[in-house]
Order: sequence, then structure tokens, then C-alpha cells
Amino acid sequence: MTAITSSAAPPRDYSLTGRDARLAVETGLAAAEWYHTEIPRKQMKELMQRSDQPAIRDTIIWLAALVVSGAGGIWFWGSWWCVPFFFVYGTLYGSSTDSRWHECGHGTAFRTQWMNDAVYQLACFMIMRNPVTWRWSHTRHHTDTIIVGRDPEIAVMRPPDLLRVVLNFFGILDAWHAMTDMVRNAAGIISPAEKTFIPEPEQPKAIRVARIWLVIYIASIALALSLHSWLPLMLIGLPRLYGAWHHVMTGLLQHGGLADNVVDHRLNSRTVYMNSVSRFIYWNMNYHVEHHMFPMVPYHALPKLHEMIKHDLPAPTPSILAGYREMIPAFLRQLRNEDYFLKRALPPTAKPYREELHNDNNPVPAAAE
Amino acid sequence: MNDWVEACAAGDIDEEDVMRFDHAGRTFAIYRSPDDEYFATDGLCTHEKVHLADGLVMDDIIECPKHNGRFNYKTGDARGAPVCVNLKTYPVKVDAGKVLIQIG
Repeated sequence: MTAITSSAAPPRDYSLTGRDARLAVETGLAAAEWYHTEIPRKQMKELMQRSDQPAIRDTIIWLAALVVSGAGGIWFWGSWWCVPFFFVYGTLYGSSTDSRWHECGHGTAFRTQWMNDAVYQLACFMIMRNPVTWRWSHTRHHTDTIIVGRDPEIAVMRPPDLLRVVLNFFGILDAWHAMTDMVRNAAGIISPAEKTFIPEPEQPKAIRVARIWLVIYIASIALALSLHSWLPLMLIGLPRLYGAWHHVMTGLLQHGGLADNVVDHRLNSRTVYMNSVSRFIYWNMNYHVEHHMFPMVPYHALPKLHEMIKHDLPAPTPSILAGYREMIPAFLRQLRNEDYFLKRALPPTAKPYREELHNDNNPVPAAAE
Repeated sequence: MNDWVEACAAGDIDEEDVMRFDHAGRTFAIYRSPDDEYFATDGLCTHEKVHLADGLVMDDIIECPKHNGRFNYKTGDARGAPVCVNLKTYPVKVDAGKVLIQIG
């Protein structure tokens, strides 16, 4: 790992309709051709093969755990014994839905498409992401990963807003924005930024979903008020806050502190080895370089893909803790110098980065340490 | 122009797979279905100009390798986000072990 600082440049403009959005198009960073490791077609086909079995198994476990932990929370409501049950329920509701939304949105989790669609809709509701809006924003994220002004899903912009990061461990800002977006969409308004990535024929679908969700949330609040109890909201809505910690913890590691405006996922994405519980919650998205390089490989095949191409990738980060040990100092440095980033070192067996592409918009590195 | 153009040998494509074919500055995708029939479409996804030949064939569906957009390669129909525009298809025949496509 090398740390890089660059000479002074204008502050980044993350608006999807602003200066950097225009620059990305003009310089060819938008919709560019990205590096990928060569894999023989026969092996690639094997990796891409879809199967219902792993996702059905995982979904049964996931839903059963939700029901059991939710029932435990209800049963022990009013005593401290409900806390561990709601901790599990909240994590399953407010965190594991991030990966379910993601994988089913790609259509890779199940072979059978209606199963992808069903889990996608459920997970979107729980994670509070409009299924239409986020399908299209994620498409852009894969086209223009961490390209400033193009990628709508950059979790930590530069300089980092660390208060926002901390608050999102409790879902506070994300849920607030999700709610205001839902009300705005339900009122029939699609924002200018949303219009940049949602095709016009799809926009009424986003509005329809927002209206359905609004009715569900109003009904939940009405039930809570009529019962004079927080319990209905502990089961619907609030888990997005008290259970968000795990998906934020893992999500920040995906790209945090790494390069932006590059067209090589080895530079801007991070693969992290994780424990099996986190991998279940996260559906193997810890293999994040691999996922971005080959998004059609299902989550259950990512460990195999990793073994196949790791000779061409930066060394994986050995643990979540190790990831934070490199990422937090990088965030702190970016507070003083937003051009600072962590440059991933490649093993001798890897094909080199195309530096001429990566330096077009980032000034030539002025210092390395 | 209604000429039949030789794209590849029939055995060059595995069953339930796809192969890229470039001709006269254009790129096509040639498919072999699980029923051992051959089909041809434009080679690039209508969403973001990615070669479909790097994608996955499942039954009568080709899935784009970049954003997982799906088309029915027999009809060219777009089958869900992020693809909205249908693929152009081309007539195909197999003659003496060769796959020929009619490029109009």
C-alpha cells in the first residue's frame, strides 16, 4: 500500500449535473472501458452459472432468523431481554438487506428471475431504497465506479464528512434522506439528479412504489399511536436505524480512502477477508474488486473467482479491523488534503495499471510515502 | 445487401453459449441454443455498447456482462432494466457445417 498526495486542484464537485460531471464526459472517464483480468471463456462460463439452491438456502435462514428474532423481541418487549433479539432482528433487517437488495438487483442471486425480483422488492423496502431509483443508480455505479460527478453511490466524498459517516452507523441521515425522497417521489416529483440516471419511462414506477411505501409507513405509525407503543415501529422502519451498523461497517470498506477517477477496480475497490457471519450478512460482497470486475458472477461463486484471479489483484485486506486501520487515517488526511488517497500495490504477477489513464484527471503524484 | 456471410463453424460455439463475430466494421453475437439452434443479433448491448459475447446464455436469454441487462436473443426483445431498447436480430442458417448470417 502506498499513500499518494497530488498537487492542488479545485475542490471536487460531486453533483451529477455539475462541473466534474461535464469533465468526466469530456475526458472520456464516463462510460470508459475498464480493466479486467483475462479469464478463459470456459472458466468464466462456469463462474457465471446461476443456481437457485444457495440463495434459497440463505433466504430461508435469513427469513427464519428474522421471524424468530422478531418474535423474541415481541415476547420480551418491556424487559431488557428484548435487546439481544432486536439486535439480531435489526441487523438482519437494516444490514443484510443491503446485500440482498444488491445481489437480487443484479439478478445473480437466484437463477429464477421472479425469486430475484421478490427478494429485491422486500429488501428494498427494508433498507429504504426505492427499487426503481436504486436499480438505475447502481447501474451508473458500475459504469462509472467512483468517478466524481458520475457515480451517485460514493459513500465518502472528499473531504470526508466524518459526522455524516458516524451518524450513518445508526442510519440517521440515510433514513432521513430516504424518507424525504419517498415523500417527494410520492408527491410525483423526480429530482434533477434522479433524472440523470432514471430513464423517463421508468420514473412513474419510482413514484408508484413511493406511494405504496408511504401508505405502509403511515399505517405503521398509526398502529403505534393507537397501541401507545413503539413496538410496531421497532419491527417496521426503526430497524433501518438501529440495525444499520453492519452494512455501513462493511460498505465503507468497499471504496473508502482509495483512488477516484480511475478506470481500474484494482485501484478504487477493496477486497477484505471477513468472518463467516459477516459474509452471510454481506453475501460475499467483501470480494469487492472481483464483484466490480465481473458483476455477472453470483455471490456464491466469488470466493472461487477470487482464488482464480488474486495473482492479478492487490493483496486482500486481511480483516475488517485492518481495513479500518488503513482507512480512518486516510480519511483524516483527506480532511487536510482531499487529493490524498491510498494507492493499492500490485503483486509482481499482476498486469500493471495503465497510469496514463489514471493521471489524466488527477495531477501527477507529488509525493508518496 | 442481403448476402449470407459465413460467421463460424457450427462446432465453434458450445451449446447454450455465444460467440463474437466481426464483419465489415460491425460486430455481431452468434448464439447456439440449448436446443442446438443458431441465432444472431447485434453484438453490442443497446444500453452501453458492451460486447454481449462476454455475457451469459441461459435458455433463450443473453445477459450482458456489464450491468446484467437481459435480452431474448431469439427475438431481440429487451427483458428488463437496465436494457430498454430491443436488439436487432439477423436470419441464420447452417450449411455444410458452417453458420451463415444474413446481414441486411
